Amino acid sequence: MKQLLKNALILIGFLCVVFAAGAVKAATPPDVLVVGQIAEPKSIDPHAVTAINDFRILMNVYDGLVKYKSGKLEVEPSLATSWTISEDGLVYTFQLRKGVKFHDGSELDAEAVKFNFERMLDEKHPYHHTGPFPLSFFFSAVKKVNAIDKYTVEFTLDAPYAPFLSNLAYPTGLIASPTAIKKYDKDFGRNPVGTGAFKFAEWQSNSHVIVERNEDYWGGAPPLKAVVFRPITDANTRVAEMLSGGIDMMVEVPPDSLSQMASNDSFKVYEQAGPHLWFLILNLKEGPFKDKRVRQAVNYAINKKAIVENILQGTAVVAAGPTPPAFAWAHNEALTPYPYNPEKAAALIKEAGYEGSALKFYVTEGGSGMLDPIAMGTAIQADLAKVGFRVEIETYEWNTFLGKVNPGLEGKADMAEMAWMTNDPDTLPFLALRTAAWPDKGGFNSGYYSNPKVDELLEKARQATDQAERAQLYKAMQTIVYEDAPWAFIANWKQNAVTSSAVKNFNLEPSFLLLLQGVSK
Amino acid sequence: MHREAIKSPPTSFEPRPHMSHRRQNICFYAIKRLVMAVPVIIGLTIIVFFIMALIPGDPATAILGSYATPENVAKLNEQLGLDKPLWEQYATWVGNMLNGDFGRSYNLNRAVIDEVLERFSATIILAGTALVLCSIFGLLAGIVSAVNQYGFVDKSVTLVVLVGISTPAFWLGLLLILLFGVQLKWLPVSGMYEIYGGGDLPDLLKHLILPASTLALVATGVIARLTRASMLDVLRQDYIRTARAKGVSDRRVIFKHAFKAALVSVIPVIGIQAGFVLGGAVYVETVFQWPGIGRMLVTAIATRDILLVQGGVLVVATCYVFFNLLADVFQNLVDPRIS
Repeated sequence: MKQLLKNALILIGFLCVVFAAGAVKAATPPDVLVVGQIAEPKSIDPHAVTAINDFRILMNVYDGLVKYKSGKLEVEPSLATSWTISEDGLVYTFQLRKGVKFHDGSELDAEAVKFNFERMLDEKHPYHHTGPFPLSFFFSAVKKVNAIDKYTVEFTLDAPYAPFLSNLAYPTGLIASPTAIKKYDKDFGRNPVGTGAFKFAEWQSNSHVIVERNEDYWGGAPPLKAVVFRPITDANTRVAEMLSGGIDMMVEVPPDSLSQMASNDSFKVYEQAGPHLWFLILNLKEGPFKDKRVRQAVNYAINKKAIVENILQGTAVVAAGPTPPAFAWAHNEALTPYPYNPEKAAALIKEAGYEGSALKFYVTEGGSGMLDPIAMGTAIQADLAKVGFRVEIETYEWNTFLGKVNPGLEGKADMAEMAWMTNDPDTLPFLALRTAAWPDKGGFNSGYYSNPKVDELLEKARQATDQAERAQLYKAMQTIVYEDAPWAFIANWKQNAVTSSAVKNFNLEPSFLLLLQGVSK
Repeated sequence: MHREAIKSPPTSFEPRPHMSHRRQNICFYAIKRLVMAVPVIIGLTIIVFFIMALIPGDPATAILGSYATPENVAKLNEQLGLDKPLWEQYATWVGNMLNGDFGRSYNLNRAVIDEVLERFSATIILAGTALVLCSIFGLLAGIVSAVNQYGFVDKSVTLVVLVGISTPAFWLGLLLILLFGVQLKWLPVSGMYEIYGGGDLPDLLKHLILPASTLALVATGVIARLTRASMLDVLRQDYIRTARAKGVSDRRVIFKHAFKAALVSVIPVIGIQAGFVLGGAVYVETVFQWPGIGRMLVTAIATRDILLVQGGVLVVATCYVFFNLLADVFQNLVDPRIS
């Protein structure tokens, strides 16, 4: 009897294994694109989120008044078909596309646009409590939004603000359905309704978000039936899912796996340099970096090519100045990266009289856009040792690090790692290079750089509404900042993605946003 | 949390206490422990709250990332209610909790209690399965080794157990994924259910096999080692020799007489392993993308999602206190020497 029972149990166990083994379907369903994301989305409310991970979903569910041209960081019409800007740069008037419906059937009109911005900006708005809206300062220049008629909406700014249009193209400017916000209130972020090419269908916490084809999309229904966004936080697991066929697309591929995928015909690798800059903030207030020659010396002393090729394995390019080349229209092509020249660096340091100085260097363990900060920091430490500096590294976890660096480096450190990813050439220099952006004035100029000429150029560029004029001003600013070297310019990150070879018509955008309207499988 | 020491076995023969009297004793003991749990949980809320308040960095900085200007941080902290004095924040938090409101997660924009219970149940499924697996295999391996002491089987089992104890779970997990998920394609690489057409029990089991085995491996080793030692101890006792001399069958001697006695010292270790399995779940959940509470807490700490960390730790710790209590009561039941 006992023996019989034992045998039966063994048989059942065996059958279970066989059953489980046979039942695995590795392939994803046809016409459904499964995307391996890096984290669980925080919310799908465009005004409440800050992470690029969540933007990847948002951009496919919502539209903004304007959007970035394919492959560029310049804006073109989207929900607005045209717009005019007043002479003084204070009034923007948009004509809305007619007949566009939100996924819940309500119509997109001027009142809806007004509702969206007032909800974000006006603390007395009845739905302001559905926030917080951490990036609402993108639109802090907006004084008033008026619905002139059903399809005309007018924004009045309190001062000329040239980045306004490109901020509207950023996910924070996407338009959500007021009816749905009123209906779901604080839970709108988990029940998103927009006008985009895909409608929100399902959000299973910690498993997936599904969006489905919007048959009535004003730009034409997309070829894909649905897109599934799966959060897979561990990069190795994401790669394993890609290799096993469990996902069709993955973003932020680790450099080690990228070459493996590139040599395999079943996959396609995409790379795109973006508006990202990895740099060192130098403390100009005290110590060796008060002297311009020493700052230039640091730029000469660091072997940036070795960093991008060996540590980052080609997933970044050497940076030349404060404005990333992805802003093609505003980037100064005449500037070439500081060459690696330790002899010249040593000579400059000697001339300035700072040979053998000790430097304190803040390094972070990780963080948004920080790439491989510890390895990069150590390489920089070694390069600077070759020109005679004794660099002492202090490492902090990201949030602690920001808490140390953002209030300013004075009295604490000589240099710190930093990275920024922006949507307009104005943002980074305006927030981190102006005299009026020193930390005590609420900015990010943690190294206390100050050059009245740069301040003037940046103010002017912000007020100019003509792109060609703005470009000239930014180019002039870059030349000065390159020469003054308040930062050590290290790298511009290339965003990457891998898809299975079945995925067609996919391209990465320089904005780092993931657009899937045209993709098929 | 306090565990009574096991008293040494009685030297002279003592009559067993009357059964109903004994049951009453256990009830009294359980109630006493339950009352003692209250200050423990109050202490927990204080520790959990102030640890989160003490670590540097704040949620506003984490949410704003590169855009965390002092001005923006102050504005967001005000919106989140973090500009108030600490004691006031603590009082609000505890007060709300007594009304059943654990607050909302800043990052997930969701009620903390919903998230915590959902994630905790996923962890219980994973850790529970692992615990059952490691208990069964650990006990079996221990008994088999003890019975064949220094034999081939004992040596092989010891070797396997040693490898098991020394293998880091996250590394083993990745190897298992590569073999069974990527190469053989027998089992899914990650997740808890299929996205399309899944959601039933076979689907769950299929997703459980790899993470649960990975998680069970170390604990299996520890339990096996201990069971072996404990069994060897018991097998040397006089009453076992007496039983054998009486002609009781080998199987009966091992399972009925020796194993039962050995179990008494193994049970507390299984209880401790339960804690380790819960802790180890953090790595395994990350590698296998299991939507459990370990992974949730790691993310929540990194993003300074204070209410989520507090709620999560509190629920897990409270459960731990009660599991401990249960284990003690259970041990009390099986071992008449403990009172």
